[in-house]
Amino acid sequence: MRASFVFSEVVTGLRRNITMTIAMIITTAISLALLGGGLLVVRMIDKTKTLYQDKVEVSVYLTNDVSSSDNGCVNDPCRTLHSALRADPAVEDVDFENREQAYERFKRIFEAQPELVKLARPEALPASFRVKLKDPDRPEVITQTYGGRAGVDTIADQSEFLDRFFNALNGFRNITFAVALFMAIAALLLISNTVQLSAFTRRTEVGIMRLVGATRWYTQLPFLLEAMVTGLIGALLAIGLLVLAKLSFLDDVLADPISAGVVRSVEGLDILLVSPWLLLVALGVSATTGYVTLRLYVRT
Amino acid sequence: MIRLEQVSKVYKTSTRPALENVSVEVDKGEFVFLIGPSGSGKSTFLRLLLREEVPSKGRVYVANFDVARMARRRVPRLRQSIGCVFQDFRLLANKTVAENVAFALEVIGKPRHTIRKVVPEVLELVGLEGKAERMPHELSGGEQQRVAIARAFVNRPLMLLADEPTGNLDPDTSQDIMLLLERINRTGTTVLMATHDHSIVDSMRRRVVELDLGRVVRDDARGVYGVGR
Ligand SMILES: Nc1ncnc2c1ncn2[C@@H]1O[C@H](COP(=O)(O)OP(=O)(O)OP(=O)(O)O)[C@@H](O)[C@H]1O
Ligand SMILES: [Mg+2]
Repeated sequence: MRASFVFSEVVTGLRRNITMTIAMIITTAISLALLGGGLLVVRMIDKTKTLYQDKVEVSVYLTNDVSSSDNGCVNDPCRTLHSALRADPAVEDVDFENREQAYERFKRIFEAQPELVKLARPEALPASFRVKLKDPDRPEVITQTYGGRAGVDTIADQSEFLDRFFNALNGFRNITFAVALFMAIAALLLISNTVQLSAFTRRTEVGIMRLVGATRWYTQLPFLLEAMVTGLIGALLAIGLLVLAKLSFLDDVLADPISAGVVRSVEGLDILLVSPWLLLVALGVSATTGYVTLRLYVRT
Repeated sequence: MIRLEQVSKVYKTSTRPALENVSVEVDKGEFVFLIGPSGSGKSTFLRLLLREEVPSKGRVYVANFDVARMARRRVPRLRQSIGCVFQDFRLLANKTVAENVAFALEVIGKPRHTIRKVVPEVLELVGLEGKAERMPHELSGGEQQRVAIARAFVNRPLMLLADEPTGNLDPDTSQDIMLLLERINRTGTTVLMATHDHSIVDSMRRRVVELDLGRVVRDDARGVYGVGR
C-alpha cells in the first residue's frame, strides 16, 4: 500500500467536494458535541450523587413549644425522642440542634444576603434532630417511625428534593442525547451522500483503477479515509466546542451552585475522559457508514 | 493464452444473447482482429476476458485463470496481466502524461523507484519522449491514444485488449497506432483488437475472428475484412 498515494487521493477528494465536506464536518461536530455534553451531564450526575450520598440527612423538626422551652433537650418529649433515635438501628448518628444553633447556621448559609438574615428571628426557627442514616437510600423509615410523635412537628426528607433534582438532570441528559441522535442521523446521511458524490466525481479514476487491477483496498480506502478524516475533524471540533462551552459560560452559570456545594463542576479532566469516546464514535460511525455506502452504491 | 469454450452471454435486460456458443482459442504472441457489425458482441467478448462480465454459459480461460469461476478477490491479479485500450482513451484530465502512466502502477502498489524507471522507458517506446509533462488536452488524439497504450503496457501485461483503438482517429494516425501495436506484439505480447476498420484489417493480414449476432461466423488465420460480401 502506497501511503502517499492514498493520502493525496484523500486530500484531493476532500478539497473537490469542499462544501459537502464542510457541511459534513459541522453536522458531525454538533452531534458529537451534544453527545459529549450528554456524557458530561452523566458524569456530573454521578459525581453529584456521591457528593450527596454521605450528606443525606433527615431533619426531625420539633414543635414550637419544645423549641422554645427545651434548649438543651433535657425534658420530655425531647429527651425521649433523642434516646429513641440514638437507639434506632437505622440511625447512624443523631445531633440535636436547638433554636440558637439553627439561627447560627441560618446566618452562615445566608451570609451573602444580609437582608434575609436581618428579617429572620431565632424564634421563627425550630429546633431539630439532624439524623444521619445508615442507609441513605431509605429515609422513609424515620418518617414512618417518628412522624406524629409527641413533640415532632414535621420531618423533612432531603431525598425527595434530591430525587426531583436528579430527575431534572436526567431529563436534561435525555434531551441532549435525543437531539444528538437526530443530528447523528443527519451526519450519517451526509457522510453517505458525500461518499456517493465522491465516488461519482471520481468514477473515471476508479474505473481505470479497476481496469488495471487495483485491489478493493486501493479503490475504496481513499473514500473510507475521506469519511474518517471528516469524522475525526468533526470530533476534534466537538471537543473544542465542549472546552469552549466550559470556559465561556458553563463555569459562570454553575459558579454559585458549585461553590454552595449543590453540584460538582465540569472539569477539564471530565472533557479529557469523554474525548476518546467521541473520537472513537466518530471514527467508528464514519468508517461504517462509508463502508456500507460503498457496498450498497458503488460497484467494485 | 485465451480460450473460450461454448460461451454464451445473455444480458439481464435483453432477450437476444450478446454472444452465443462462442469457442475461440488464441495462443501466446498472436495478433487477432475481432470484427463484425455493431452489436455483434465484440466488446462483450473483451469484457468477458476481463471479468467485467461473467458468461451465462461456458468457460473462459485467460492465462492460468478460470475467469468465470475465480474468486472475486483474485480478479485484480487477472487484470494486472491484461492491458486495455479503448476508443475514448480514458485518460485522467488532471494528470500529466507521465502521471497518467504512473497512476496504473501506483494503484497496484508498485514501488516508487520502479515507477521512476519504467515510465520514461514506456513513453519512449510509444514515441512520447519529451511530452511527459503535457496535459492530455495538450495532445492530439493519436498522442492521447499512445498515452493510453503506454499505460496499458507499462506493467508488461501478457496480453493487450484494444476495443476500437482507432475509432476516433484519422487513417494516418490509425496507421501509426497499428505500427505501435505491432511493435508491442513483437515483444511477445498477445494482442486482441476489436475494430470496424476495413483498411487496417486488410493491410495487416493477421488472424481475423468475425462475429455476427453473437456467433463466430469466420476465423481466418490471415484474413481480410470483407470476405464473402
Ligand atoms: N450492459 C449491457 N446490458 C444489456 N445489453 C447489452 C449490454 N452491453 C451490450 N449489450 C447488448 O449486447 C449486444 C452486443 O453488444 P456489444 O457491445 O458487445 O457489441 P459490439 O460488437 O461491441 O458493438 P459496437 O461495434 O457497436 O461496439 C448488443 O445487442 C448490445 O445491445
Ligand atoms: Mg463495442
